[in-house]
Parts: sequence; C-alpha cells; structure tokens
Amino acid sequence: MTAVTGDAPAVGGGVLGQPLDSREDPQLLRGEATYVADIDLPGTAHMAILGSPVAHAKILSIETKAAEQLPGVLKVATAADFTDVMPLPCIWIPGGVESHFPPHPYGLPGARPVLTGDTVRHVGDPIAVVVAETPRQATAALAAIAVEYEPLPVVTRADEALAEGAPQLHEAVPGNLNAYWTCGDKDRTDAAIAEAEVTVELDLVNQRTINSPIEPRGAVGDFNAATGEYTLYASTQGPHNHRFLLSALVLGIPFNKLRVIAPTVGGSFGTKGYLYPDMALVLLLSKALGRPVKWVDTRTGLMNSTVQGRDHRQHVTLAGTRDGRITAVRATSYANLGAYPSTIGPGVATALMGRSISGMYDIGAAFCEVYAAFTNTVSLGAQRGSGRAEAAFLMERLVDRYASEIGMDPAAVRRKNLVPKEKFPYDNGLGWTYDSGNYELNFDRAIELSGYADMPARKAEARTRGKRLGVGLATYVAICGVGPSTRMSQEGMLGGTWESANIRVHPTGEVTVTVGSASTGQSHGTVFAMVAADELGIDPDTIQVLEGDTQKAPYGQGTYGSRSYSMAAPAVALTARKIKSKLLKAGAVFLGVPEEKVVYEGGKVCEEGNPENAKTFAELAMSMWYGWGLPPEIEPALDETTHFDPPDFNYPFGTHVAVVEIDELTGETEVVAYTAVDDAGNIGNPKIVHGQIEGSIVHGLGQALMEAAEYDENGLLVSYDLNHYALPRAADVPFFALDKTVTPSPHNPLGAKGAGEIATVPPAAAVVNAVVDALSDLGVQHIDMPLTPEKVWRRLRGESQ
Amino acid sequence: MNGRPEQFSAQPNELLVERLRDGLGLTGTKVGCDTGQCGSCVVRLDGRSVKSCLVLTASAAGSEVATIEGVTTPGGELTGLQEALRQEHGTQCGFCTPGMVMALGELVDTTAGGEAPTEPEIREWLTGNLCRCTGYHSVVRGVQRACAAARAEEPAALAESGAVAASTAAGQEV
Repeated sequence: MTAVTGDAPAVGGGVLGQPLDSREDPQLLRGEATYVADIDLPGTAHMAILGSPVAHAKILSIETKAAEQLPGVLKVATAADFTDVMPLPCIWIPGGVESHFPPHPYGLPGARPVLTGDTVRHVGDPIAVVVAETPRQATAALAAIAVEYEPLPVVTRADEALAEGAPQLHEAVPGNLNAYWTCGDKDRTDAAIAEAEVTVELDLVNQRTINSPIEPRGAVGDFNAATGEYTLYASTQGPHNHRFLLSALVLGIPFNKLRVIAPTVGGSFGTKGYLYPDMALVLLLSKALGRPVKWVDTRTGLMNSTVQGRDHRQHVTLAGTRDGRITAVRATSYANLGAYPSTIGPGVATALMGRSISGMYDIGAAFCEVYAAFTNTVSLGAQRGSGRAEAAFLMERLVDRYASEIGMDPAAVRRKNLVPKEKFPYDNGLGWTYDSGNYELNFDRAIELSGYADMPARKAEARTRGKRLGVGLATYVAICGVGPSTRMSQEGMLGGTWESANIRVHPTGEVTVTVGSASTGQSHGTVFAMVAADELGIDPDTIQVLEGDTQKAPYGQGTYGSRSYSMAAPAVALTARKIKSKLLKAGAVFLGVPEEKVVYEGGKVCEEGNPENAKTFAELAMSMWYGWGLPPEIEPALDETTHFDPPDFNYPFGTHVAVVEIDELTGETEVVAYTAVDDAGNIGNPKIVHGQIEGSIVHGLGQALMEAAEYDENGLLVSYDLNHYALPRAADVPFFALDKTVTPSPHNPLGAKGAGEIATVPPAAAVVNAVVDALSDLGVQHIDMPLTPEKVWRRLRGESQ
Repeated sequence: MNGRPEQFSAQPNELLVERLRDGLGLTGTKVGCDTGQCGSCVVRLDGRSVKSCLVLTASAAGSEVATIEGVTTPGGELTGLQEALRQEHGTQCGFCTPGMVMALGELVDTTAGGEAPTEPEIREWLTGNLCRCTGYHSVVRGVQRACAAARAEEPAALAESGAVAASTAAGQEV
C-alpha cells in the first residue's frame, strides 16, 4: 500500500506510521487468549435462556415446576422474579423525536424488560432462564418449561408495519411508528427535482443482514456478598458504557459497586456495544444463588437475539442536467427497527444513514426522510459501516442509473460532481460538515489503479469465455470518530461521546497506558503503545497498554464507529504531551538551567545547545518517583489523564472499483478484481489498517452477494444458523488492489480519521453496479441484493425482478 | 492427547470439543457455530484436521489428538506457520485463529515435500474455516510465506518432512 499524499504533514518522528507487527498476535496464534467462554470461576453455575418460538403472541401462562425438578437445576426464573429491575434503556433517540415508551426512572426511554412477561414480539424474545450445574442441564431444562401462547398477527417489514390495519407491536406506539425523522431541505430539493432536465428513480431494498462475529456473545456474573460488589465479564466493546447503563440505570446499584471486564473479544462489528438482557440476568442470578453465573450463547441464539443490521426499503430520486451535473437527491426510507428499540438502533437507522446520502458529491439540494417502524423481528442495531453503507448504496446506485440515463460514463459523472478540494470544510446540507478532503486525487488514483480504461477490452475478452464482465464504481464519505459530546446530544444521543487515556510512568522508566476504549480485534495494545512511544521518544516495547477493565482504566465510551484511533489515540497523544511538559519543567530543575533553555528530544530532556547536559526518560522517571529537589509547583511522580472531546467528527472517504464476471450458464457472480483507495487521514499502523480494510471489503461483498436475514410470513428467522446464513469464505474472494490517499483531519492532534469499518461502506454498491453494468444490454437497471446465482440467472433469461 | 496419554470415560453423546474444553481445560479450541460450519474447533485427529464439534469423544478413542496447546509451549516460540501468520498479521480478534492454525498446519505439512500449494488451493483448503475480521487475505499470504520459508530453509530436512507428508497423504486416502 503506497500513499498518495494530499497535503499531509508528517506525524511524530518515530514509530508511528510504521507497519509494526501486532503484539497481540502471538498469544492469539497460540490459542492462549481468554474469551468469555474460557472463563471458569470456582463454583460457576450455568445459565440458559428460553427464547420465544413464535414471533408475536400473548403469554397466557408459564409453568416452571417440571423444569425445577430436573437434575442439576438450581433456579428457573421468569419476568415475575424481576419486577423491581428497571427496563433496559435506549440511549439514541434521533433529534426531534419523542420516545413513545414509558420513561425510565433516570429520564431515559425504557426499551425492553430483562425478561418478557406479557407479550412476545419476536422469535427469541427471552421469556425465562434456567440456572443449573452444567450447561447441558440448563439447556435440557428449557424444554420442560411449559408456555401457553395466544398467537397474534405478525408483521416483519417496515413498510407493511406502517400500513393501515397492520398488527400492533406496542400499545404506546400507535401505528408502529417510532420515529419520522428528516434532514436536509425538502422544499429546495422538491423544487430542484421538479425543474430538472433529467430525473431518475429507484426502489431499493437494503436487506437485513447479521453481523455474525465468530465468537457468540457471553457473560459471566459474579456477586461478592462480602463486599456487595458485582463483577461482569462480558464480550463487550464498551465496558465503561455497559457499567454506566447497567449499574444505576438497570440494576439500581451504585456505580462503584459494578466492575465490568471485557476479556479478549472475538469480533463485534457493532453488535457487542449493545445492552442485552443476559448481562443483567447473570448478575441478578449470581446474587440470588451466591455463585458465579455464566452464560454463553449458541449460534442460533445469537442470530435470534443479537442486533441485526441495515434493513431499509427506500424510494430514491436523483435530479441532474443532461451534461452530468447532479442537482438534487431525495430519499424516502422505511427502516425496520425490529421489535424493540435497541440501545442505539433508532439513531443508526436515521441520522447515521440520512445525513450521509450525498456522499462525496457537491449537490445543491438534498433531503432524506426516514420512517422508523417496529416489526416482529430481532432489534436493529449497528453493523460494520452502519448507516453509511446504506447511504452510499442508495447514492451510488442512483449515480449509475443517472449516468445510464444520460449516456455518460459513470466515472465521468462522478468526477464532475466531487466536492472540490478548496471547498473544505464543506457543509453537505444534511447536517454534516466534512472536515477535510481531496476527493479528486483519491478518485483519480482508484481509476488509474483499477485499469478502468481497459475495461471495454476486458469485457470483449470475457464474452469469448462465456462470461459477462461488469465494472462498478462506488465512492463514499463515512462519518467517524464519534464524536463531540454536545453535537451528539443534539443528535439525540443521551450520553457522552468523549474518550480518555491515562499514562503512568513507573520509577524504572517503563510506562503503562490505560484507555477507556476496548479492542474487539484491532490490536489496540500495539497501536496505543506506538502513539505514546512516538510522543515520548521511547521504545514501544517498554510501554504496556491496559484496557477493558473498568477498575483499571479511566472512563471511556468504548470502541464503535471506527473511533478508537481517532478518539482514544489522540487522548493518548495529548496525555503524553502533558507528561513531556511536566518533564521539561522538572528537567530544567534537575539540569540546573532555566525552563526556556531545555528541550525534549529523543526521549531526553537536555539543555539547548549543550546536549551533554541531559537526563534520559528513565533517569527522569526515577527522579520524579523520588521527588527530591522539586519546587512546590511541581508534583512528584508522572501520572496524567486526558479526556478528549473533539471539536467535530472526522470524515474518511474513498473510491472502490469492483470487477465481476457473470457466468452466462449459471448466473454465478465472481468478483475477479477489486480496487480500493481509502483515505483515513494519518494512519498509525498501516499493517493493522490494511487488514481491517481487507476484512471490511469482504464483509461488504458478503452483503452484495450472499448474506440475508430471511424471515418467513410467520416471523420465523429462516436463516437461523450458518448452514442457512451464508458468509463469504476464502475461495469467494480474490486478492485486492489497495492504496490510500492521506488527508489529515484537523479535528484531532494526530490528523487521524476512522479506519476500521470504512471499507465496508462502498463494496455492496460497487458490486451491484458492476453486475448491473454486465447486464445492462438486457435492459437491467437494478437487482436487489443479495445477488444470488438464481436471481442473476433469471435476469439473464429476461425475467423481471 | 498432544503426545500424552489421557484416560477417562465419556458419555456416548459427548462431543470431542466438550471433552477438550470442559473436561481437559484445553480452551484454545473454540466453539463458534455448533453446526460444523465455522471451523473454530478444528483439531488434528491422527494428523488430519477435523471439526471437533462433529466428532464424538468415544469415536476418538485410541487416536492421537493434537490441539493448539500442543503446537507450542505456553509463551513459547512460534512454529513456522504461526510466525508467518504473525508477520502477515493473519489474525485480528483471534477467535477463529486456533482452528485455522490447526487446519492450515495440515496443509503446510502435507505439501512440504512437494509443490507449494497455489493461491486457489490455499483458499480452497481454508473454506472450512470462517473468519469475519480479516477477509482471509492475510491468512493466505501467511500460508504462502510459511510454505516458501519451509522450502528455502534447511533443504536437507525437506526429504524427511516429505516422508512424513507421504505417510499422512497415504492415511488420507484410506
């Protein structure tokens, strides 16, 4: 990956920006890392959850006596056992929209109870739990719980849930409408569309998908009766956030009585930042039984309970001139929130999607409206690239449709409408102000690298082999680095979104960095050590990084929205600068020269112009530990903390090019080449980001080609395990051609932008554009995802969608 | 079991992965899907990689079982494959990694004496292991690196490992 530099100043002078090996890798490769399922506390009992087998029904009765008599069973509990437990809250209600749910005691909207007692609203809705001596005994006892249901009608599509006479999910929410949310300028957009030379329209289904981290979720609750303290081990991407939400807001216990520990977490992609009933249940049951209680989900359990992603049905319109200038974009979207508002699901379905729809283009008028509805499906939440992927999909499909309508090359249309470099910071008219960008440079690099000019010849060659070759482009801007707390509060986020770091320098010169973030596979230990090492001019191997344990780490909000490197790493850098600043003051005293005469260089404080008169970082650390000779205004020891709240978000961007070949006989689509040029600002460790980009692209290709959460007419999740839900495998993808441009963000001291999930944003659009391109001579203008061989095969034979 | 005899009695319905994790405390082997799809539970049974969630413990009686814990000593030096995967950062969250190391170990071992596997062959071999983080590219590069390293180093040793590979391949045919 070579960098095409926009106008990037160099960062630091040392290790940052180098492709260092991940220090986490050896223990992962040896199988020595501890995940939740590997935790084995003495005396542990095991919990299993009874989920509803039906999608919508009144519960008439629950009989647990038979289950209680089974071998090994310690307790069977239902909603009746937890009447004093507060509901799980929803903390992202999009701006201007009132919650319809009974308010939570702390003023937050209540979203769902820990167990459902009256009405089940989706398959998997938790009704009862069993705790037993072994996992098998707990699972076996579930079958002995007798529940009597009175079936209710079912609805699984957002648009159908809003129709007159649709089944009603919540008494408090008439018509199942959680939110009608808009952004942009409706009048101006409608006028621009009415006056336009050309308009194109599309009806799109952004299908529901399941994130499917390979590690299912799990939780271990451990109540200590002697101290009254609770410990929760959970597969979480935000231990502090879960502590905040669970302690005072759900369990009604003091904040300082709950410790949350995230051990090694086996992937998340957004799903493990949510508050789930099981997290509260293991703590409550541990207290009730006086033993640690452990729960590990099954794959089918995960698919019926962990938040799912995407799921919009949209009508979208683009207006423009005959010569390729886009003048307006308008989107109406029906978003499927599932049966209950998840922790931040309503915000994902609205703001995160709607404010991004204009992408990299400079458009005069844009408007998006979202109807967010409840249905009898699993709750909606984040999914790698969430919101932004849905936005890029609709815009990039529209641009291709428009290019086809006016007979212009899709690349030429895009190039003509990119926000020009001199317009930054750029107000996109939908609520985001892009921080920095050099879109032309990025776009041109992708076009060149992909060999776009050679595609006509490649198409002709492919036809000689019975293949139809198609090429698809997609660009994107992804809001990342969530965020400024005040801005997010205006967006409806009921919580802070700053991030923190602490640096403690030990007397021997080694350093411990602790952050409030928590890795789900992003090598935080490697990267945060690099940031501190770069600032302090010391060897990264002397720096230890701690995170994921609320008792050890400073407060923080966790890992989500690609924020760790652009939020937590700046907090590390700023803290290191505090350390340096203190060392300069103290160093001047130790060196016996005035403060303005000392400099910090290469891990040493020395007298300016006299490098012999110097003290190394390690020497200074020991001197600060003793504290001898320090004037009263300098405290001994080196221990600093920073809470970083950026002035605004950051906006990575990029251009992807997919080349596909469709087999004329089978309809099978093969991605034969894929080029991605992403811009995540200054990058800390390119080896790690490179891996995240590769993984993200495959995730996006999965949505385009094979992934779908399918519900039948009864609300049964048909794709309930990995035999029925397809994930991309190694043989489904070729090697990719990756490159980057570098446009630093002005909103943090590292010039960083989010990176982890950004490359998931455009691939679905790029692939669908490529397939439509390959079939364009058949009059195909759109195909809904996933592009299964059967679907494509039917289109090859002239069947309509 | 990793070169050591283990004696125990197992229920007829006990899965090998349960014995490994719950009975023997060998938690490096993971459970990701319960249906034999994800490959996080791959171990080697008499040299061949198998999904231990699809094997009854009783049916493994008398066999040699190798798990990730037997590949290296705790905190010890990485094997050539592990080292190559480290250099290519062929892991992110690491949950699927032990299963991949076990499955790919068989590929590297069985091809050590002959032609290096091609990229499509490596990808085909990997189809039994799901990874949601890496997109597999760094893993494929890791295997390529490991195979190249195995061939470049100690050419005298190749014949020996080739003999091992030949016997394993013969075992596969049976």
